[in-house]
Amino acid sequence: MEKLRNIVDKFKPQFEKGGRFGWLHSTFDGFETFLFVPNTVTKSGAHIRDVNDTKRVMIVVVLALIPALLFGMYNTGLQHFRAIGELTQAESILGCWWYGFWRVLPLILVSYIVGLGIEFIFAQIRGHEINEGYLVSGMLIPLIMPIDIPLWMLAVAVAFAVIIGKEVFGGTGMNIFNPALLARAFIFFAYTPFISGETVWVRGFSKGGPFVDGFSGATPLTSLSESASSGTLDFGDYSLWDMIVGTIPGSIGETSVIAILIGAIILLWTGVASWRIMVSVFAGGLVMGLIFNLIGGNAYMDMPAYYHLVMGGFAFGAVFMATDPVTASQTNVGKFICGFLIGVIAVLIRVVNPGYPEGMMLSILFMNALAPLVDHYVVAANVRRRNKRLKTVKA
Amino acid sequence: MSKKDKEPLFSAKNRKLLLGPLSASNPVVVQILGICSALAVTAKLQPAFVMAISVTVVTAFSNLIMSLLRNSIPSRIRIIVQLVVIAFLVILVDQVLKAYVYDVSKQLSVFVGLIITNCIIMGRVEAFALGNKPWPAFLDGVGNGAGYGLILIIVAIFRELLGAGTLWGYQVIPASFYDAGYSNNGLMLLPPMALIIVGIIIWVHRSWKKDLQEK
Repeated sequence: MEKLRNIVDKFKPQFEKGGRFGWLHSTFDGFETFLFVPNTVTKSGAHIRDVNDTKRVMIVVVLALIPALLFGMYNTGLQHFRAIGELTQAESILGCWWYGFWRVLPLILVSYIVGLGIEFIFAQIRGHEINEGYLVSGMLIPLIMPIDIPLWMLAVAVAFAVIIGKEVFGGTGMNIFNPALLARAFIFFAYTPFISGETVWVRGFSKGGPFVDGFSGATPLTSLSESASSGTLDFGDYSLWDMIVGTIPGSIGETSVIAILIGAIILLWTGVASWRIMVSVFAGGLVMGLIFNLIGGNAYMDMPAYYHLVMGGFAFGAVFMATDPVTASQTNVGKFICGFLIGVIAVLIRVVNPGYPEGMMLSILFMNALAPLVDHYVVAANVRRRNKRLKTVKA
Repeated sequence: MSKKDKEPLFSAKNRKLLLGPLSASNPVVVQILGICSALAVTAKLQPAFVMAISVTVVTAFSNLIMSLLRNSIPSRIRIIVQLVVIAFLVILVDQVLKAYVYDVSKQLSVFVGLIITNCIIMGRVEAFALGNKPWPAFLDGVGNGAGYGLILIIVAIFRELLGAGTLWGYQVIPASFYDAGYSNNGLMLLPPMALIIVGIIIWVHRSWKKDLQEK
C-alpha cells in the first residue's frame, strides 16, 4: 500500500494545474480517489467527515451484486447445455460457470468501457471530478440484459443512458431516472425483438443451432402470460423451487432470488440501501397479488401472490433498482409510499397488460418520475402538522 | 420618399429578418414554439418536408396580408381577422396538398388543419406583421417558416434514417448491414424520441451559440 501511494505521489505533480499532463487532471483524480480516500480537509463548517465517500459506497453495491453475477454466469452455461441436450456437461457446476463467464464477460467489458469512456470525456470537458456513479450502473446493465443481446446494441443503450439519462441533467446525483433501467428501457422500445419473447434468454438460441426438439426457451413469466388467457397456469417446465434458486431462463442476473437476497443482506448490513424501500416493494407486490386473488377473474389472478415475488425481475428490481439513492424518494414516508406503489404497479402491469409480461422496469421508472412529487407532499404534510402543533402550544 | 432613402430589397436589416430565424432566433429551438407538430410529422422525411413548405407558405402570406391590412383593422377585433386570414390560407394549402400530393396529405392527416393553431404563425403576425411594412413582414414569415422547417427536416432525417433505414422512402442503409446484425431503432419512430432529438439539437445549438444560454 505504501509503495502504491509513493508511485501515485510521484506522478501527481505532473497532473496538477500547469503540469505536463494538466489537462488530464480529472482522469488522474478519478484514479487516485479510486485507490485512496481523498486527503482533502474541510476548511469551514462541520469538520467531521466520514471516510465512507461515494466511491466506497458504490463498491459495496458492486460487492453485493457479485453473488447474482456469479450465479448468472453459472446459469448461462446451465441453460445453454440443457438446451442443446448436453446433460452431462450441465451437471458440472464449474464447466457451466466457465462457459457463462466467457459469455457474460464481453457484456461487462462493453458496458464499462463505453459508459466510463463517456463519463471521463464529460468530466474532462467540464473540468470536474470523474463521477463514480457508473461503477454500479456499469455492473447493473449487463445483469438485466438477455445473454444474447448484440454488443453494439448494448453499447448504444449504454451511451443513451449515460448521456440522455445522466449527463444532460448534470451527472451523477442529478439524474431523474435510474440509468441502468433507462438502458434497458431503451433497448426494450428500440430493439424489441432482442429483449422480449422466447428465444433471447438462452445463449445462441436466437441464432438457431443444435437445440433439443420442443425446447421453448420461454421464461416462466412469458409462459405464464401466454397460458393465462387459455385458463391454465403454465410455468414452462419450472417449479417454484427452480425460480427461487434461479435455474430458469431470464436476464443474466435476475433469476436467482437466493443470490439476490445475499446481496440484499450485504446492502442492508452495511446500511447502503434503504430497508424501507425494499420491504415496501415486496409488500406492495404481495398486496396487489392478494387483491387479484380476491377479484379472481382468470387463472393468472388466482395464482398465489408469493409467486410474483420470485418470478422475473421483481426481486432484483426491489433490491438493486428501487433502492437507488438518487432516483428514489428522499423522505422516509415517501420511501414507503413509492416502494409500495412500485410493487403494486409491477404486478398490475404483469397481470392486466398482456403486451408486457414483466412490469418491474416500467413501474420503477414510473415511480422514479413521481418520487419528487411524493416527497413534495410528504414535506408539505409535515410542515402543516408542525404548524398546527405550534398553534396549539401558543393557544 | 426620395430615391435615396429607399431601402434596397435585401438590405442588411431585411437579410437579418430572413436568416435570423434559421439559427439565432429559431422558432423551435430558441423560442420553443410549434413543438407538437415537430413531434407528430417527423417520423418520415417526405411529410416533414411538405409540412415545412406548407407552414412557410402560411406564415409568409399571413404576415403579408396582415401587414397590408394592419392600418385598417381596429385592434379590438384583430385576433378574429388574423384567424380568418390564417384559416383561409390553411384551407388553401390543404386543398392544394390533396390535389397534388394526396398520399402525403393523408399521412399528415389532421396536422395540416392544425397549422392554424401553430403558435409560430399567430406569434409572428402579432409580434411582427402588425407593426411592419409588407415586404419585411413577408421576409419575416418566410424566415420563421424556414427556421421551423429546417428543424423539422433535421429531426426527420435522423428519425427516418435510424428508425426505418430509409430516406424519402428509399432504402439507404444497405442490406449487408442488416445481415451483419444491424437493426432498425424502433424507438426513433415513436414521438418521445423526436422530443429527445429536438432536445439534443437545442443542446448542440446552445453550446455553439453561447449567448443563448440562460444564466
